[in-house]
Amino acid sequence: MSLQLENVSLTVNGQPHIHPSHLNLAAGSMNVLLGPTLSGKTSLMRLMAGLDMPSTGKILWRGDDVTGVKVQKRDIAMVYQQFINYPSMTVFENIASPLRLRKKPESEIITAVKKTADLLKLGAFLQKKPLELSGGQQQRCALARALVKQSGLVLLDEPLANLDYKLREELRTEIPKMFADSGAVFVYATTEPEEALLLGGNTVTLWQGAITQFDTSTRVYHRPKNLVTANVFSSPPMNFLDAEKEGLLISLGENSYNPLDPGHIKLTAGVYRVGFRPNHLMLEPKNSESLRFSTILKSTEITGSETFLHLQHQQQHWVSLLHGIHHLTPGVSIDVFVDPAHLYFFDAMGQTAALATYTQSLKSV
Amino acid sequence: MRISRSNWIMILYILFLMLPIYWLVNMSLKSNQEILDGFSLWPQAITFDNYMTIFTDSSWYMGYVNSIIYVVINTIISLTVALPAAYAFSRYRFMGDKHLFFWLLSNRMAPPAVFALPFFQLYSSVGLFDTHIAVALAHTLFNVPLAVWILEGFMRGVPKEIDETAYIDGYGFFRFFGKIFVPLIASGIGVTAFFCFMFSWVELLLSRTLTAVDAKSIAATMTRTVSASGVDWGVLAAAGVLTIIPGALVIYFVRNHIAKGFALGRV
Repeated sequence: MSLQLENVSLTVNGQPHIHPSHLNLAAGSMNVLLGPTLSGKTSLMRLMAGLDMPSTGKILWRGDDVTGVKVQKRDIAMVYQQFINYPSMTVFENIASPLRLRKKPESEIITAVKKTADLLKLGAFLQKKPLELSGGQQQRCALARALVKQSGLVLLDEPLANLDYKLREELRTEIPKMFADSGAVFVYATTEPEEALLLGGNTVTLWQGAITQFDTSTRVYHRPKNLVTANVFSSPPMNFLDAEKEGLLISLGENSYNPLDPGHIKLTAGVYRVGFRPNHLMLEPKNSESLRFSTILKSTEITGSETFLHLQHQQQHWVSLLHGIHHLTPGVSIDVFVDPAHLYFFDAMGQTAALATYTQSLKSV
Repeated sequence: MRISRSNWIMILYILFLMLPIYWLVNMSLKSNQEILDGFSLWPQAITFDNYMTIFTDSSWYMGYVNSIIYVVINTIISLTVALPAAYAFSRYRFMGDKHLFFWLLSNRMAPPAVFALPFFQLYSSVGLFDTHIAVALAHTLFNVPLAVWILEGFMRGVPKEIDETAYIDGYGFFRFFGKIFVPLIASGIGVTAFFCFMFSWVELLLSRTLTAVDAKSIAATMTRTVSASGVDWGVLAAAGVLTIIPGALVIYFVRNHIAKGFALGRV
């Protein structure tokens, strides 16, 4: 284990910002901190960096306690959401600055900077000032400065959030490749579930300053331990409704059915909260077991190849994500269908009582 | 060539502004005889005798030298003290920081005359009377709060993440401050220096009270030109012209920074 947080918490002015947390991040791993804004991603990252002191707990780096060690003495690199460079220096000097501080020989600095700049397609701009560059190039410059340092811990705090869609997609595929050989511990904060899945590696889901789950990204996605994790790792958010089990019978909204899945049969009698992802809410029944719900269509959003339906089901607001373009008139009542295999059951404490059974057939998890 | 109405207004306004300065220059190039003789729009017989008097008489030109010495000392002290103070105000929250900030500023609300007597007594008793540092120190009472206030506005505009990135890169505080931070707020420092300079250069009362001979300022010298033969109008006018020049030069050099400063900071 390379970076360990032991019982780390942060309290500012009596307000808990980070609840006591444990985390082990392995060398050479990509770890995504996933959570909505204000969930504590940046706070946690600043604790890892040593920019803030934890209120309790210890931070271990390669086995050594580095809790009180100054930022300058740590082996880290960090890239912010804002494009942070040194405006008064040229791009070359910006990238060279961590090396200069380490008193590397000039020839070595020049080679390293050139190599890094070429990797990030900044070769042509080395003599410019950062503010003369476009946003994407400025962020590349910040990334180059982080990369050239060859740190053991690389912290990327929503590095792509301020970039436009095209650049974001491009850099998202490049970043893991760029740092891959370094063997560093990566921590990448994002608000977007897709980004966590696309980057691969592990995901730490955060909710109101607490770590709700830490595992490989696909496992967290398919096997959330609790309702909060499932909701954080779903975009658009999960759809929920209340369910009750009496004997073998599960009543779910206007439906009652006898479950076939062993997981659902094993559920003890009682009240549950049931969640399913928007892409599992369909206009056509998938199979004979599919449950039918009658809803009122509030509005539709059509992106290029997908349609979002905003539905009202009793008191619940649901979203359905459909492939293709569906022109439907808002205000009409429509029937929608869910396969019981796609239902997650959460108990009264919000813990997962039964995973969606479709996940058992997935090889990757 | 037709001149539009708005241009006419502009031209009239500039004429209005330039008139006293023109009159000063006009007077400085006349002999006392001609000044007193009556009204003339331009010198009938241009003479540089007034300027020659100033450049050859040490009691005159030393006034400029003394003023420049204490103004420069004052500007340096004010900036040296205000830079770290403004940094602290812009970056850290500490108990009473807002009150302290306001209290600093409230120092400027009292007229300098209020402090003339205490400064005079204090400096006399510690042997600082009639030294350059005495005037420079007295002026810092007014310039440091202003400098802190202006600089804090500029520093606040620099994202804190730049500081942190620098620390992460391995910069120590002083290295970061000198190499990265100061260049970022160069405009602010320019504007601040300009205000310190201007206050100290034109301030009359304290500089006059705290000096006698060795550190006598030009402003004080100019108020003491009444001799047995009456007021030497021509020399006085020439001294006035020469007093404007340093200010004009400073404004010329920092004009771009000031424009930027007005747009960014809290000047």
